[in-house]
Amino acid sequence: MDFSILIASVLAASPPILFAVLGETITEKAGVINLSLDGSMLLTAMVGFIVALHTESVILGFCASMGVGALIAFIIAFVSLTLHQPQVATGFVLTLLSRDLAYVIGNPYAHIPGPQVSHTPIPGLVGLPVAGPILFDQNPIVYLSLVTIFLVWAYMFRTRPGLNLQGLGERPTAAFARGVNVTVMRYVYTLIGGALVGLGGASFSLMVKPGWARPYGIEGTGWIALAIVIFGGWQPLRVALGAYFFIALQTAANLLQSGMPNIPTQLFSTLPFPLMILTLLLVTLGNAEWMNRVLNHLPKGMQRFLIRTLKTLQTVPPASLGTLFRKE
Amino acid sequence: MNNWAIQARPLPRIIAILSALVFSAFILLILGTSPLDAVALILSGAFGSSTKLAYVMTAWVPVLFCSAGLLVTFAAGLWNIGIEGQIIMGALFATGLMQTLQDSLQPGAVLILAAFAGLMGGACWGMLAGALRLYGNVNEIFGGLGLNFIAGSLTVYLVLGPWKRPGIGSTSGTQPFPSSLWLPAFKGFQVSPIEVLLGLMAMVFVGWALRGTHFGLQLKAIGKNLRAAFLKGIPVYQRMFLAFGLCGALAGLAGWVLVVGTSARHNLFPLISSGYGFLAILVVLLANLSALWSVPISFFFAAISMGSLQLALQRQLDSSLGGVIQGMLVLSILVTKGLQSRLLSGHGK
Repeated sequence: MDFSILIASVLAASPPILFAVLGETITEKAGVINLSLDGSMLLTAMVGFIVALHTESVILGFCASMGVGALIAFIIAFVSLTLHQPQVATGFVLTLLSRDLAYVIGNPYAHIPGPQVSHTPIPGLVGLPVAGPILFDQNPIVYLSLVTIFLVWAYMFRTRPGLNLQGLGERPTAAFARGVNVTVMRYVYTLIGGALVGLGGASFSLMVKPGWARPYGIEGTGWIALAIVIFGGWQPLRVALGAYFFIALQTAANLLQSGMPNIPTQLFSTLPFPLMILTLLLVTLGNAEWMNRVLNHLPKGMQRFLIRTLKTLQTVPPASLGTLFRKE
Repeated sequence: MNNWAIQARPLPRIIAILSALVFSAFILLILGTSPLDAVALILSGAFGSSTKLAYVMTAWVPVLFCSAGLLVTFAAGLWNIGIEGQIIMGALFATGLMQTLQDSLQPGAVLILAAFAGLMGGACWGMLAGALRLYGNVNEIFGGLGLNFIAGSLTVYLVLGPWKRPGIGSTSGTQPFPSSLWLPAFKGFQVSPIEVLLGLMAMVFVGWALRGTHFGLQLKAIGKNLRAAFLKGIPVYQRMFLAFGLCGALAGLAGWVLVVGTSARHNLFPLISSGYGFLAILVVLLANLSALWSVPISFFFAAISMGSLQLALQRQLDSSLGGVIQGMLVLSILVTKGLQSRLLSGHGK
C-alpha cells in the first residue's frame, strides 16, 4: 500500500480525538478536570448529527455540538468551582448521564443517512509532490484540526494570557496575586475546552463515522483521550502527537484484522486499552519512589540510560489540577 | 453522622428529587411520551406483579454487593472505576470453577466453592488496579478502566474460544449450567433468599467494619488526609491495597450471583456486568457514603432500572432511560448539596 495514502488516512481519521485532547489539555492546564469526555463526545456527536439533519447545515451541526460540549463543561465548572462539590464525582456522573441521554434522544435517528462534511482539496497546493495528497487533499475539518494544534500551542507558550492560563493550573494563588480572576478564567477555559470536545464529537458523526447508532462504536474513546492528555504531559504538541500515534495504531490494527480473519473482531477493538495502561505506566513510573531505589542498584551506564529514558517519558500534571481555589 | 444530616434537612433533597423528575419528564415530552403514562408504566414495570418484583430484587443484589465494596474504597478516597471488570472476573472465575468441578462434586459444594472462586477473581482484579495505582503511579480511574476493557475482551475470547458451546461458539455465552447449580428460590416468587441475605450481610459487614474497627478508621483517616495518615504511622499503601482487594472481592461475589442467581442466564457471556458496578457508584454517591442509606437507594435504583426497561419496551424507547433518571438524581443532589452548603456558609460570615 502507498505510504502517503496511509498517512493521509491517519490524518483524516484524527480530528475527533485531536479536538478532544486539545480541549481537555486547555481545561486541565487551567486546573479543572473534565472527566465527562466519554459521555460528552457521544452526546455531542448525536446532537451534531440531528441538528445537521434537520437544518440541512453541517456548520449548524458543528455549532450545536460545541454548544452542548460547552454546556456540559459549564455544569462541571459550576458544580465544582462555584458550589465546591467534588470535580471527579461530577464528571463521572455527567459521563454516564450524557451517554444515556445520547442513546435515549438519538434512538429514533439510528441508521438514518444524513449530511456530512464534504471533501475539499485546496486548489494549487494539492498538486505538490508528497505533501499535496497528504495535507491538502482533505476536508475543512482536517485543515481546522491542524491549525488548532498550532493555535493552542502558540497561545499557551507564546502569549501573555497563555502564560496566565498555565499559572491557573500550576499556582493559582500566584496568578491571583498578579490580578488574574482565577475562578472566572477557569470557567472560561473549561467552557472553551468543552466546546472543543464538542467539536470532536461532531467530527465523528458528521465526518469520520457519519450518522448515529447504538452502540455508536466510539464508546471508550473519551477515556483514551483523557489518557492521551496524561501521556502528552499537558503539552499541546506532545498531546497531538499522542493522538496521531493512537490513530496510527488503530489503523494498523484494522489492517492486521483484515489480514487475520480468524481472530474475533472484539479482541482488536479492546487492544488500545492494555496499551493505555502500559503507556501510562511508562510515563508515571519515573515518579515512583521504589523505581529510584531499584535504579540505585544497577550498574552506572545502564542506570544513566534508564534515568534518561524515564525522565524523557515522564510527565507531571499541573500542580493544582483538580483542587479548589479559595481567596483567603 | 452523615445519615442524620440527610434526615435533618429534607427540603433540599425533595427539591433535588423534584428537579430530576421534572428534567426526566421534559425528556419524555421531547420523545413524545406522556410523563404520567411513563410513571405508571415504570411503577407497574417494577412492582406490577410478583414476577416483576422478583426481577427488581434480583437486580438489587449485585448493586448491593458493589455498593458495599465501593463504600470501602471511597472511604479511603479511591475511585474504583475498575469495579465493572472486577464483577466480570468474579463471574469468570466462578464459571471456570463450576465447569471443572460440576461433574465431580455435590452441587451445593460446587456453588460454595464457586462463590470463593468469584471472590478471589474479583479481589485479584481489584488488587491489580491497586498495584498499578500504588506502585506504578497509574491513576486508579485509568488503570481500572483499562482493566474493565481487558476483562471484557478476556470474556469474549473465552466464550468464542476455549469455553465455547459444543457446536458453534457465539457471543451469546457459554453452555448454561443445569438447574441443580442454580441458587434455590421460592416456588412462586423467583428470588433466592440466599443471595438477598448475602447482599444485605455484605452491607452490614462493611458498615460495621468502617464504623467499628481499627481498619475502618484508618481507611477513613487516609481518605480525609493521606499525608497526615502517613505521618501518623498508618501503613497507608498496605491499607489502600487491602481496600482495593476487599472491594474487588465483593464485586466478585456480585459476579458469582450473576452466574448462579435466580434471574441469571446461568452462563458466562460478554457484558455480564451490565453496568451494575457503575450504577453502584451512583448509589454510593447519592447515599453520601452511608451504608445505611445505600440499602434503600440501591433498591430504588434497581426498581427504576427494571421499571424503565418495561417502559422502553412498551413505548419503543431506548433502554437507557433509567440511566437518565438515575444520573439526573445524582447530579441534582450534588447541585442542591452545594447550594445548601454555600448558602449556609454565606450566612455564617
